[in-house]
Amino acid sequence: MKRLKKKNNFSYAKYGYLFSLPFVITYIIFSLYPTLYTALIGFTDLKGIGKTDFHFLWNDPFQNFRTVLLSPTFQTAFKNTVVLWISNFIPQMALALLLAAWFTDRRTKIPGTGIFKVIFYMPNIITAATVAILFNALFGYPMGPVNDLLVRFGILKEPFNFLIKKGSAQGIVIFIQTWMWYGYTMIVLISGILGISPDIFEAAEVDGANGWQIFWKITLPNIKTILLFTLVTSLIGGLNMFDIPKLFLLGGPDNATMTTSVFIYNQAFSGAYLYNRAAAASMIMFVIIVSASALLFWLMRDKDEEALKKLKKKQMKAVKKEKEVAQYETQLIH
Amino acid sequence: MRRSSSIKKIFMLAVCIVLLVISLLPFAIMLVNSTRSTTQIQQHAVSLIPSSYLMKNLAVLLGKSFNPAVGFFNSAIISIGTTALATYFSTMTAYALVVYEWKARDGFFKFILAIMMIPAQITMIGFYQMVYKVHMTNHLSMLILPAIASPAMVFFMRQYMVGALSLEIVQSARIDGAKELFIFNKIALPIMKPAIATQAIFTFVSSWNNLFTPLVLLTDQKKYTLPIMISLLRGDIYKTEYGAVYLGLALTALPLIVVYFLLSRYIIAGVALGSVKG
Repeated sequence: MKRLKKKNNFSYAKYGYLFSLPFVITYIIFSLYPTLYTALIGFTDLKGIGKTDFHFLWNDPFQNFRTVLLSPTFQTAFKNTVVLWISNFIPQMALALLLAAWFTDRRTKIPGTGIFKVIFYMPNIITAATVAILFNALFGYPMGPVNDLLVRFGILKEPFNFLIKKGSAQGIVIFIQTWMWYGYTMIVLISGILGISPDIFEAAEVDGANGWQIFWKITLPNIKTILLFTLVTSLIGGLNMFDIPKLFLLGGPDNATMTTSVFIYNQAFSGAYLYNRAAAASMIMFVIIVSASALLFWLMRDKDEEALKKLKKKQMKAVKKEKEVAQYETQLIH
Repeated sequence: MRRSSSIKKIFMLAVCIVLLVISLLPFAIMLVNSTRSTTQIQQHAVSLIPSSYLMKNLAVLLGKSFNPAVGFFNSAIISIGTTALATYFSTMTAYALVVYEWKARDGFFKFILAIMMIPAQITMIGFYQMVYKVHMTNHLSMLILPAIASPAMVFFMRQYMVGALSLEIVQSARIDGAKELFIFNKIALPIMKPAIATQAIFTFVSSWNNLFTPLVLLTDQKKYTLPIMISLLRGDIYKTEYGAVYLGLALTALPLIVVYFLLSRYIIAGVALGSVKG
């Protein structure tokens, strides 16, 4: 009987391999190989439209990487990407936290939260390409809808050309990103807050904590993992920002909305078709994304748990020492 | 106490209503302006009253390179194909991770966790070169097949399956003489329906909205997806045709808005579920 079972188990193990085979094969062909190939191209002279053959740069293997890192356009693009991400993430997170706290408030219930949630999330599912071009039209000069409203309500004396000023162009991209994503972040945070055991809130209320204290001392610490999740996904998305900056103002004015993804696309698929430089830039971004998310995970690691582990280690050591001392003493006595 | 709480309530409502207007206004302006003539828009770009130039705008829009029907068709093929492959094979891979005991299992799962966060965009140069070398650019299959390996979805499906699928059911089906693939198709897949539905919605939407990969791979106008079609509205030929541009945008946004309102309950629940499991 036992033997039979063992035999059965053995024959089933192969299905584990069989059922994951489509994934593995597809992953190797469409992800792993392209990743390695991209890294490889970064060390070659591959450029020119439709070219596929290349030579390694044996004399100076890191030439492309150096050129990219020293290129003022890449530096600007990288700076823009970071600035655009941080300055949309902070208001997005603040707004999402505020709304999530309001919508889950046990004392003050807001009517119509269902409708608010649905509408706030809506911009997120609309094609980013549509949104980018829509905002380009909305901020048109001299008679775009925004200028029309601002002049009609007397906020501006005459139409302002938002699309040729660096600051306002960046501001609008930041606004679009925040506008598209705060609803998503809000829903994620709400589900996190609803996952906290109601007993904790009740206990805090009994102890006389006010809304502000409850938010900082109970809600926030308890949704730490979800905050990390949103932070990491937003960081990765932000460092890859493409659709909005590419279609809103094509990276302009004067590279003000040029992100690294737009830079990579423009290098590889326009002008001189510098696949090698684009590949080098991709690998630089790859390393930055991986290390940034690893750093975030490390920073947000569970410190309490780690402290507990350390304490246990110390205790073990102490016990060991005690034992050793005791042993030593007994040895001495004998 | 009571008064301060009702003041707080009014303040909260006011903020929410302002955000509501900000979320809806751009789309409202878009819809109204798609029925107005370019001259009307130039005189007053914001109006609440629709005009009667819808058909004229449509004629201008379709008279140039913008062809929404082709975009819809191609985007539909890619999104449906991607969604079907990604959900089916991710569930299958998750099934391998949950149901069977094999040597490489734990290592494989750790590998999936590690690659989950790597964005596809970053390896696009190598992908493009590979596809170009085998003369497969402009083939929609190159945008669909990679979906078979969707690490993040495998992770989600595995987390869901651990709680939803009992191994005893699998065991008893085996005793009844069912083949392994049959058990997966007829027993595991139906149990996974709620998870599959959630993931299907998001895969469909993100595939439908994807601009980067199709923009890199597709150069033939007949193969253009909707987002690439939309990007044509940015071109010089539509520079002075405001009404037509608004109509083009509306045509691409309206179906999504309608579907969204029909499915919003499930979509919102799906976002929440995805974050908790992820």
